[in-house]
Amino acid sequence: MKQLNSIVEGVGSVVQLLFRSASYAGSLPRQWARFIEQCYQIGYTTLPIVAILSFFIGTVLALEAGYAMEGFGAKEFIGSLVGLSMARELGPMMTSVLLAGRVGSAIAAELASMKVYQEIDALTTMNIPAAKILVLPRLAAVLVMMPVLIVIANIVGWFGGSVVARYVSTVGISPESYFAALRHYTKFKDVINGMEKAEVFGFVVVLVCCDIGLNTKGGPREIGAAVTRAVVVSLILILVLDYFVTKILM
Amino acid sequence: MDTQMESSCSKTRNPFTGAEANAVSVKVDHVCKSFSGVEVLKDISFEVIPGEIFVLMGPSGSGKSVLLRDIVGLDVPTSGTVTIDGQDPSLEATRDRVRVALVFQDGALFNSLSVYDNLALYPREHRSGDEDSISQKVMHALKILSVEDAAYKFPSELSGGMKKRVSIARALVMEPQLLLYDEPTSELDPVMSATISEIIATLKNEYSVTSIVVTHDRALAQTISNRVGIIMGGELITLGTPAELFATKDPRLVDFLNPKIDIKNPRFKKLESTKPS
Ligand SMILES: Nc1ncnc2c1ncn2[C@@H]1O[C@H](COP(=O)(O)OP(=O)(O)OP(=O)(O)O)[C@@H](O)[C@H]1O
Ligand SMILES: [Mg+2]
Repeated sequence: MKQLNSIVEGVGSVVQLLFRSASYAGSLPRQWARFIEQCYQIGYTTLPIVAILSFFIGTVLALEAGYAMEGFGAKEFIGSLVGLSMARELGPMMTSVLLAGRVGSAIAAELASMKVYQEIDALTTMNIPAAKILVLPRLAAVLVMMPVLIVIANIVGWFGGSVVARYVSTVGISPESYFAALRHYTKFKDVINGMEKAEVFGFVVVLVCCDIGLNTKGGPREIGAAVTRAVVVSLILILVLDYFVTKILM
Repeated sequence: MDTQMESSCSKTRNPFTGAEANAVSVKVDHVCKSFSGVEVLKDISFEVIPGEIFVLMGPSGSGKSVLLRDIVGLDVPTSGTVTIDGQDPSLEATRDRVRVALVFQDGALFNSLSVYDNLALYPREHRSGDEDSISQKVMHALKILSVEDAAYKFPSELSGGMKKRVSIARALVMEPQLLLYDEPTSELDPVMSATISEIIATLKNEYSVTSIVVTHDRALAQTISNRVGIIMGGELITLGTPAELFATKDPRLVDFLNPKIDIKNPRFKKLESTKPS
């Protein structure tokens, strides 16, 4: 019962934060510098790790597909499998998971420490809403950077698959036929579909991590607790939302 | 924009920033505050009249900082009310109308911003003036507190006393009508403490800024305050002019205001009976 209560409270507080920061959307042009900084934080710092991870996801997908499809003598379709699973599911999902670990945790830590050391209180007395200068630029930045990250994740992942297809002897198909299958079965719509998912996940992760950071109470110890909570809640939300968003987008 | 609207009332110019302010009153009415059942403030009532310097003194842990948080609306009292100019300080509308600044006990500077940006944040966000005039304001305020050399340092690179001074400078840049200080001189040398007292007095005398000062600094209380309240154990036990207060015979106050250093019979000796064996 108590847990249900805190879930309802949490959702309420997140929704409130969303509306409050949205109400300052008009101030975004004047917050250009903060927006760029957040784009850098969100995009540039996660990019290397997204690229590395996507490459290996692509290779594993190709390996598994090669193994599974050999039985049907359908190895030429490996490209379609890697292409579709990367674009529709694994790209958005793994990028969001990395975002939660890399960016969400940093946001929660930063805002939680601002709260604990009374910086948020100082903002309040200055009548400068945290939702405006701390949350809004981050939300805008994640919406802009997520598609960029997804495009890179997809391309690198597809490429990873082709490397396995070409050089691993149990698979052994040419890059030409790999990419031909990939192009034929992976539609533009699938890529867009994946991006929409990633936008939802990324937005929710950043929003929830901001909310958890801003609602930290107590001393410095709570900063660590806030980070853990932010990451755990983000991961759960990504997995739960994945089902619903996939269903809706179908 | 605000300044133009207010200029119809009685006002004076703020020396540090050139802005105009009109004085506001504060009313604390039967305020109680408890944290998970523990009463920290017990039925506190007083009024601060416009343009007054009101000093709050009291032993460590008596609830002074908690009271200041209630006055600026960062927390709400468990019961009772606080009003600034008749309005609830926790509302955004009140903050829009009345500029209230609080100098936090430990500064509460923005750690990710340089000292300069800490001060410039308020005028920039509230769009009071262009970058040039903001820069003048900021440097002027830093100069008044002799921390202009630290303008491009970050809070983590400052000493405790410098942080305090920067945080007072940040409050000045806000051109407040009501200024609350939580132990403004606690980490400063005697000369700097005197300067802070002068700043508070000047803001009152020439610019009718209402001030509430929490302090352990007797000199400050004696020389510049209009009235002094003493809080002990969450209760406002006395309230009066500094002259009345420092002449009091009330044993609790005499002990608090003129503590004796007794070398022959130190306090910790009295604890020896409870010492673990
Ligand atoms: N958030 C809180 N939760 C629980 N108790 C608190 C909280 N804030 C303050 N207290 C308690 O309230 C009492 C008064 O604290 P406060 O900070 O107001 O003291 P103070 O008078 O400012 O002391 P000092 O002169 O040392 O700054 C203390 O006993 C403190 O433990
Ligand atoms: Mg205090």
